[in-house]
Amino acid sequence: MKLLVCVSKTPETTTKIQLTPDQAALDERGVNYIMNPYDEWYALVRAMELKEAVGGTVTLLNVGPADNDAVIRKGLAIGADDAIRVDATEGGSLFIARQIAAQAKEGAYDIIFFGKETIDCNGSEVGAMVAELLDLAYVGDASKLEVNGTAATVTRDIEGGVQVVEVNTPFALSAAKGMAEQRIPNMRGIMMAKTKPLKVVPAVEASPTTRVQHYDLPPAKSAVRLIDPENMDELVRLLHEEAKVI
Amino acid sequence: MVLVFAEASNGKFKKAAFEAVTYGAKTAAALGTECHALTLGEADAAGELGRYGAQKVYHLNAPELATFDSAVYTAAIAGAAQAIGAKVIVLMHNSTGKNLVGRLAARLEAGSAPGVNALPKVEGGKFTVRKAVFSGKAFAEVEILTDYKIISLAGNSIPVEESGAAVAVESLNVALPAPKTKVLETKRAEGITPLPEAELVVSGGRGLKGPENWGVITDLADALGATTACSRPVADVHWRPHHEHVGQTGVAIRPNLYIAAGISGAIQHLAGVNSSKTIVVINKDPEAPFFKAADYGVVGDLFEVLPRLTEAIKKHKGV
Repeated sequence: MKLLVCVSKTPETTTKIQLTPDQAALDERGVNYIMNPYDEWYALVRAMELKEAVGGTVTLLNVGPADNDAVIRKGLAIGADDAIRVDATEGGSLFIARQIAAQAKEGAYDIIFFGKETIDCNGSEVGAMVAELLDLAYVGDASKLEVNGTAATVTRDIEGGVQVVEVNTPFALSAAKGMAEQRIPNMRGIMMAKTKPLKVVPAVEASPTTRVQHYDLPPAKSAVRLIDPENMDELVRLLHEEAKVI
Repeated sequence: MVLVFAEASNGKFKKAAFEAVTYGAKTAAALGTECHALTLGEADAAGELGRYGAQKVYHLNAPELATFDSAVYTAAIAGAAQAIGAKVIVLMHNSTGKNLVGRLAARLEAGSAPGVNALPKVEGGKFTVRKAVFSGKAFAEVEILTDYKIISLAGNSIPVEESGAAVAVESLNVALPAPKTKVLETKRAEGITPLPEAELVVSGGRGLKGPENWGVITDLADALGATTACSRPVADVHWRPHHEHVGQTGVAIRPNLYIAAGISGAIQHLAGVNSSKTIVVINKDPEAPFFKAADYGVVGDLFEVLPRLTEAIKKHKGV
C-alpha cells in the first residue's frame, strides 16, 4: 500500500503560551516544537503498522519552512520511508490543503492520514479539505482502522459513542486517540533517518482565505474562593445563587 | 443570506441545533439579511427551528442522506446555499460539523473558521470571528476574507433565544452524488449526555487511587445529572475509558460547571477545560496548580468531601 501521512509542527504540549507585544503572533522565545501529537502518535504509527502488516511505503508530507526538517526527520526515525516538504511559510488551512492535494494527486496514495486536529490551530479541517479537492471519501476522528485489500473498516468517534464505516481505497482519514500507541524512535531509526530522502518542492499558487487579526490570552481568573471542606451546603448555595450553574 | 445547517440526531434536534440557529439569526441581523435553516435526513418538527429565528426552513430527505457521508452532506449544504444565495454557512462544531467545514470551504473556495465561540464582528466591510487556539490557551480574532464564509459554532457559546415562530417546512431541489462511505453500525451510550454536549461535568484524576474508587465520582454525577470525565493519566492506565479523557489531547469541553477531584491541574489538562464557566477544584494538596484556575476550591480529602457534596446536592434538590 502507498500511504501518505501529513504532519504538522506544533508547540510542545506543556508550552505556556505568550504573545508578542503587538499580539500578532505567538512569542516563540523558549518554545520547543514537536510533531503534532495526533499526527505522530496515531496517524503515523497506524500507517507504520499497516506497512508492517501488508507491505508498501509510508511517505511523510509537511507544508512549511526549512525549520520543520527536524520534525520531519523524527517521523523518518519512527520509520517512514521518505518525506516531502512543500516549501512555504504559513498560509492558512485552505492554502495548506491545496499544497497537500497537489502532492497527493501526483503520488496516487491508497490512504492519506491526518491527525484529528493540530494542537495550535485546532481546526480539524485540512483533511476534509484535501478529500474534497481530490473527490475522496473522508472519515474524521477515526479511532480504529482495519484494512483488507482495497476495503477498509473505520471506526469514528461521535458524541457519546462510535460509528463504524466501510470505505474503499483511496480515501482520507483523521486519526484520534485509540488508533495506535505512541512509538519512541530507537537509535537505529534515528541513524537511518539521516540518510532517508527528504524532497523539498515549491508551493503551488493559492490565495489566503482568512487572516488572524490578533491573538489574546484568556482573562486572568480572580483568586479562588476556598470553601470549608466540612460545609458543602455552602458550596451548593454558591453554585446555585452566585454562579447560577445548578 | 445566512444558512444554518441544523443537524438532527435520530430525528430530534438538540440544544446545539437551536444554539446554531440563534447564532445564524443574530449574524443575519448584523448583516442586514435573512437567516434560513437546513436539515438533512430524518428530522421531526423541523419547522420549530423558526422559533429560534430561521425565517425559512428547508428539509431534504433522500436515501443518500439517511446516514452521514461527508461528501454527500457537503454537496447538499453547498447546493442549498447556492440555490438560495446564502454566503454565510453556520454549522455546529461537533463530529458532523468537523467532517464538513473543510469540505465546504474547499468546495466553495471559502474562508472558514471552525469552533467559533462568539458572534461575528461585522464592521467596515470586515467579517471577524473569535475562536480558541492553542487548545484553549489563547484566542484568535480571525477575519474571513472570501465572499463565502463557513463557520462552525462551539457548543455552549451563546444562550439559545426564541425570537420567532414555527414556520412551514420547504423542500429544495439539490443534486446529490453517490455516498463514498457506508455506515455499518452506530453505537451510543444510552441515557448519558455526551461530554462535548454536557453542561455539568464531574471529573476524577490520579487522586482517586484506583478505578474501584470511582463510586464517589459517579454518585456525585448521578445526583447532579452530570457527565463523568477524567484526566489523561487515568485514561492512559485504563482506569476509565479514553473517551472520558478531557484535556489538550483529549476532549476539549466548555460546560457550565466543571468539578475536578484529585486532579493536580497540569497545563495540558487546563487547556481542555478552562473554557468552563465555573470550575470547582477538590484536592488535598493546597499547592495544586489547579486552584489557580478554579472559581471555588475545597482543600480536603476527596473521599470525605465528595460524599458530603453529593448529600448536599441531594438536599438542595429535595431528594
